[in-house]
Amino acid sequence: MIEAQNLCKHYPGVKAVNGVSFHIPRGVCFGLLGPNGAGKTTTVEMLEGIITPSSGKILYKGEPLGQRFRNEAGIMFQHTALQEFIQVDEALRMFQRFYPNPRSLDDLVEACALEEFLTRDTRKLSGGQKQRLLLAIALINNPEVVFLDEPTTGLDPQSRRNLWGQVRRIKAENKTLVLTTHYMEEAFELCDEIIIMDHGLIIAQGNPKALLADHFDNSVISLPRTALPENFTLDDGASVHPQGDLVEIMSKDVDSTIRLLTANQIPLKQLQVRSPTLEDLFLELTGHHLRS
Amino acid sequence: MSIRRFLAALQARNLEFLRDRTALGWNLIMPVLIVMGFAFAFTTGQEELYKVGLYGETDTEQPIQAFLQTRYVEFIEIDELDKTIEKVDRHQIDLLLDLDNQRYWVNSTSPKGYLLEKVVAPYQFERVALSGSEIRYVDWVVPGVLGMNIMFSALFGVGYVIVRYRKNGVLKRLRATPLSAFEFISAQIASRLLMIVTVTTLVYLGTDLLVDFRMVGSYWLLLLILIVGALSMISVGLLVAARITSEEAANGLLNLISWPMMLLSGVWFSLEGSHPLVQNLALALPLTHMVDAARAVMIEGAGIKEVAAPLLSLCLFTLCFVTIGSKSFRWE
Repeated sequence: MIEAQNLCKHYPGVKAVNGVSFHIPRGVCFGLLGPNGAGKTTTVEMLEGIITPSSGKILYKGEPLGQRFRNEAGIMFQHTALQEFIQVDEALRMFQRFYPNPRSLDDLVEACALEEFLTRDTRKLSGGQKQRLLLAIALINNPEVVFLDEPTTGLDPQSRRNLWGQVRRIKAENKTLVLTTHYMEEAFELCDEIIIMDHGLIIAQGNPKALLADHFDNSVISLPRTALPENFTLDDGASVHPQGDLVEIMSKDVDSTIRLLTANQIPLKQLQVRSPTLEDLFLELTGHHLRS
Repeated sequence: MSIRRFLAALQARNLEFLRDRTALGWNLIMPVLIVMGFAFAFTTGQEELYKVGLYGETDTEQPIQAFLQTRYVEFIEIDELDKTIEKVDRHQIDLLLDLDNQRYWVNSTSPKGYLLEKVVAPYQFERVALSGSEIRYVDWVVPGVLGMNIMFSALFGVGYVIVRYRKNGVLKRLRATPLSAFEFISAQIASRLLMIVTVTTLVYLGTDLLVDFRMVGSYWLLLLILIVGALSMISVGLLVAARITSEEAANGLLNLISWPMMLLSGVWFSLEGSHPLVQNLALALPLTHMVDAARAVMIEGAGIKEVAAPLLSLCLFTLCFVTIGSKSFRWE
């Protein structure tokens, strides 16, 4: 569906994106994951035709981006405003008239739950309502590919869950989705395939579950930092990593590690065991945290 | 060019303008207040000097020499008889003496002319009566104020708004649709032109109702000047907005353009007699041509031939600015 070949975007003194290549197959939810400043938004805006690459090539259905792409793509930007003093329904009608075969207003209102604020001034919407309107605008041309740039940043947990539900419904319509996010949980929940970016480069690529299975065969045991003495080590090969107020132990055999902790009279109060996440993967690959 | 997309963008901009009550109110009320202020200021405190034009040899032994010594009368020696006769007709000069041919021109409806005529009577000059109505300062200033209002509306309504759209992401959102830059810019021009014509018509009617200014020419020609002039101002706004991304920078640049234009285009005072450099500089400003043409139509009743030159200049300004502005326009 979309092919990116050796994309670069250089600004004076900054290499925002430094040679990335990937293929987005039809019908998948493709995620770009990485910390702020990793080059996700720059990459996605090159794919959207908003930013011209310094070098490299982008093909949509085998052709360079053009009017066909404009007609078939729906985009929800991270930061965007609408013209002032217009109502939600007026904004929707304006965008409808930009496209040859737009979706009906009733259809969009139902799909994105806009009924309760349809006649409200667009400046008077809450964060979640505004995201729903922007999503409706992104879907107004019944697009084949939908770009969602950090769609849930700044939303409360309930609004985030609601938006996830809407993204799943778009997936169910067999549309191609391109999603950028710095929430690993979001990428894990929604994406069929991800690329993880850092400093303008791709550092990992694949299905989220497969990536974790490839990189990890252990579990994470966490304890309060005060529970363990300084420079504490374990004999079963488990590694110990201080993380703020916690200590995380990467263990291949949870039973053995807990037995050793008990033998060393370490208090197990507040002990937690979990599977590794994309955040752990990012930490392993880069040595720093996703949101640091 | 898709008319459907153009009309969609046009409608959204019109709604935005009409619903911004503060800006709309300011656009309508400010020029009326300015004209009323000047009408009041220049009708209550008139200078008490009489103005007499002198044509021909003044160094004469004729009895009229005694009159030329009269106090509280400003005597102005003139070279062009026809132009000065027109000034008498418009009450800008109270009496005109032709010393060589022993005759004088006076406006029968002018109180000052009436009094001066009594003083000149003993010298038995031939009387030529005129009956034109007075050109007050307010008559002279109205075309200027209308032009100035159009200038501010066009520069800030197009230039500032597009920069704001660029900064807050509206342009980016529109760029992601099939709407082309040409369709978007055309919609902005059309919307602002429509609003300027409507607002200026209302301001014209409101001001006329309150101060009853002079309008002797064709309304259609005045409308044409208004449209061509507004287009040239809008094109300056587009040029400013082509690339700037900061509202503060746009505001500064628009003020830098609008204030000298307002002061040097003869909005408030005539540039006759000013330094030639200033007069040449004024010709480089579109507002000068618009105000001159509007004034010629409203005060002197000029026809299309008389205002062809300023209209052509305005068209050239528009063509030049729109070409550069659209070639350098950037969505981001």
